[in-house]
Amino acid sequence: MSLEKQIAISPAGELAAKLNSAQLPVDACYQCKKCSSGCPLTFAMDLLPDQVIRLALLGQEEQVLGAVTPWVCSSCETCTTRCPNGIDIAGVMDWLKEEALRRGYSIPQVQISRFHQSFLETVRLGGGRLSEPLLLGLYSLRSGKTLEKLKSGELKDELLLGWELVRRGRLKPKLPKKLKGAGEIAAFFAKSER
Amino acid sequence: MKVSYYPGCSLEETAIDYAESIAAVAPLLDLELAELEDWNCCGASAAHSINHTLALDLSARNLLIARQAGLDLVVPCALCFNRLKVAEKALPVPQENKGKTQPPVKVWDLLDYLTQPEFLKSLAGKVVRPLAGLKAVCYYGCLAARPPKVTDKEAYENPGNMEALLRALGAEPLDWSYKTDCCGAGLALARPDIIDTLVKRLYDRALAAGAECFVVSCQMCQANLDLPQKRIAKKAGRDYYLPVLYFTELIGLALAHPEVDKWLARHLVDPRPLLKKLGALSAFA
Ligand code: SF4
Ligand code: SF4
Repeated sequence: MSLEKQIAISPAGELAAKLNSAQLPVDACYQCKKCSSGCPLTFAMDLLPDQVIRLALLGQEEQVLGAVTPWVCSSCETCTTRCPNGIDIAGVMDWLKEEALRRGYSIPQVQISRFHQSFLETVRLGGGRLSEPLLLGLYSLRSGKTLEKLKSGELKDELLLGWELVRRGRLKPKLPKKLKGAGEIAAFFAKSER
Repeated sequence: MKVSYYPGCSLEETAIDYAESIAAVAPLLDLELAELEDWNCCGASAAHSINHTLALDLSARNLLIARQAGLDLVVPCALCFNRLKVAEKALPVPQENKGKTQPPVKVWDLLDYLTQPEFLKSLAGKVVRPLAGLKAVCYYGCLAARPPKVTDKEAYENPGNMEALLRALGAEPLDWSYKTDCCGAGLALARPDIIDTLVKRLYDRALAAGAECFVVSCQMCQANLDLPQKRIAKKAGRDYYLPVLYFTELIGLALAHPEVDKWLARHLVDPRPLLKKLGALSAFA
């Protein structure tokens, strides 16, 4: 959707109510756009942060849950820090990503959602700590872009970079330490998937 | 002085240079870092982005371990620090601390801890090789400072403690407006194209300020400014030579720690030519 396009909207209150109960109220937004003015990622977004908040307030679930914006948001917290009305915009972005996945929305930035998923999977497999080489491997498998990257030369660059890191002792193919609390960690994962 | 220490996952691997320089520098400052027993990954951006319950549980476990240890907790990674502070705000205050203003254990980010006035004073007295002529911009990144209602920081838009440290070490910190701007590190693998835009802007602004290097206090910023420098240069059709140093490496340099060379050799953009030019590395030349 273009940023300028006018859209006909029938307001609905459920989304704002859900955000309210997640301790992420958006109703105080008076559209000053300070969040968007300071956001370093707007060049990669389809909706500006202030538009996400406004559309959420108006209950436009399809638009905000299907948007690119929450995924390319880098969680830099500039917007949340500066909002004069105390709105946790970065928190809303997180909520939207989690909700979009939970509801089975088609994700407009699968590279990013798969990265997050691979990261958590790596921590789970490692028993509580992250193994960076395992993450790189798992993510390459999951991102499903290997062929494309091979053609564009990006894969070669990535492998070279990986090799540079190995050579400098910054990437060692080993699994993380076994934790005494591995059971506890596994329980956190199980609880969060319920 | 003894504190609890939460290194975080990447200090065991890609940020081994940061870990080594911290371990080397702490004893020079009479600081004992007791690694937190059985700590776990904080879940980083992945957990808070798509699984907020898990994010909270993972960090809360670390904080509870720290509370049991009973010492202030020092954290070198800005993201781990941020997640621990989020957990601190979410967890109930233990019974014995009810009504007190101080939390049971204070969570510090490493830079803040080491730039307390008494450390700065003792550091200045220990400098044997002042970093004269080292023109640097300090790059703090996002999450050690923001949002202040989580981090409890006062100088969250324009911090100055890294500059104060550099001055104590004899270096020349330069003013610039991008010290807390985001480098996008969390997107480095999934959207390298976004990194190219964000990081190039930081390179250009640093150069415009007259800087010859970055000094950082976060291993994600370090990796994100160091690793893609060649790629960004190629894309921009120009050369960049902007080494990205940890503030702890600079302390090691100024205090003439014998292992400095080993840490610096791990960087992709080798800082040694710059330091040699300044005579700051003469002992190893
Ligand atoms: S800064 Fe806050 S009040 Fe202003 S537009 Fe953004 S969310 Fe709304
Ligand atoms: S947290 Fe996200 S939306 Fe907010 S300023 Fe940063 S990148 Fe933009």
